[in-house]
Amino acid sequence: MDSTRRTFLAAAGTAASQNMAHAQGHDHDHQAVPSDPALRVKALESLLVEKGFVDPAALDLLVDRYENKVGPRNGARVVARAWVDSAYKKRLLTDAPSAIAELGYTSGQGEHTVVLENGPKIHNLIVCTLCSCYPWAVLGLPPVWYKSAAYRSRAVIDPRGVLREFGTQLDEDVEIHVWDSTAELRYIVLPERPAGTENLSEAELAEMVTRDAMVGVSKVPPPGEKA
Amino acid sequence: MNGVHDMGGLQDMGPVRHERDEPVFHAAWEGRIYGIDRALRFIGKWNLDAWRYQIELLPPADYFRMTYYERWLQVNEQLAVKHELVTPKELEAGAADSDSTKATPALTAAVAAHLFGRGIPSSHDPNVPPQFEVGQRVRARNINPTGHTRLPRYARGKLGLVTRDHGVYAFPDTNAHLQGEKRQHVYSVRFAARELWGVNASARDSVHLDLWDDYLEHA
Repeated sequence: MDSTRRTFLAAAGTAASQNMAHAQGHDHDHQAVPSDPALRVKALESLLVEKGFVDPAALDLLVDRYENKVGPRNGARVVARAWVDSAYKKRLLTDAPSAIAELGYTSGQGEHTVVLENGPKIHNLIVCTLCSCYPWAVLGLPPVWYKSAAYRSRAVIDPRGVLREFGTQLDEDVEIHVWDSTAELRYIVLPERPAGTENLSEAELAEMVTRDAMVGVSKVPPPGEKA
Repeated sequence: MNGVHDMGGLQDMGPVRHERDEPVFHAAWEGRIYGIDRALRFIGKWNLDAWRYQIELLPPADYFRMTYYERWLQVNEQLAVKHELVTPKELEAGAADSDSTKATPALTAAVAAHLFGRGIPSSHDPNVPPQFEVGQRVRARNINPTGHTRLPRYARGKLGLVTRDHGVYAFPDTNAHLQGEKRQHVYSVRFAARELWGVNASARDSVHLDLWDDYLEHA
């Protein structure tokens, strides 16, 4: 890194952050690579805006969409609808993109969604061993654990061990189906509807559905039990 | 490329660490590089497969050391230079060269909002015939491409069953290198856990992979 960039990054840091440690140039001249990604991102954004590639308002919109609008609540509403409406469930299992679009959710990554139904003797689990493919349109952006080396490496070879780490103990006679998202298909699990929920409304059911249950690392617990 | 990104089956990565009430972004810069990444992809100089390959080219030690969005930052800097959106000098300086031309129009919020609704091309294409059919036994080819591929090492040479034809998709191994889409069928192929991992795996369990025609051979 030449001194021009170091100077720029230090200045950006001063403007961007109360944390001044990285801006103390003399103590850190030996560092070959800027250690603070926040400064590099700021530099890259400034440059792209200055060169006219992006409008900062477009970035605001992109960030806001996945920080505030698209998340696991979308998937939870899809699951709750399938639990209360058998015709919807059938459509969801045969043509998930259309059924999901019925609730107003469109694809964020442009991929094709497939829904997998869990049952008493079948348990589905989703992973992406090669990178981090995840059903953004219905679950939002993936959590750190889903993208971790531990999960990506072990979900395919030791799914029962991984499930135990999430507190999910399955009987030996349950079939586990692991789905490695190697192409542009995106999987979401339709968890089992827990017992004791017969009198709950669709909205109340949606409140119970967790992201982890839709990835398949846990079940939806009965009312009163913590996930 | 047989790289460290191809992790399926490794056993020394420790326990899965689950964070309660995890935020979408752990720092503001993660959100910004996420947005920059999306915006640059919309410009269309590189595709998703090329993007993934750039991540795979990270030196192994860097790949493990970096957080997820640090990798995104690194490859966006690299791709922006490689595809001449910015020059190395501009990236170093964090400012445009004085003789730099300004791109028009910029990606605006209105355009970005519209792009979210855009899907990928239909996976239905009667002009591309399938090479395999549902219910057929297949073997994942034993190949070791040195470029981008979506055939994980743990499945190569293994026997599986075609359970679903997903339709026609661009082939990553050529698309990543901007050598054409070479569109072909993708199938859901089920492999018994014991076929993949041996007798100590559960006899009931299986792993399903989505595999292109060119990754498969008749068994």
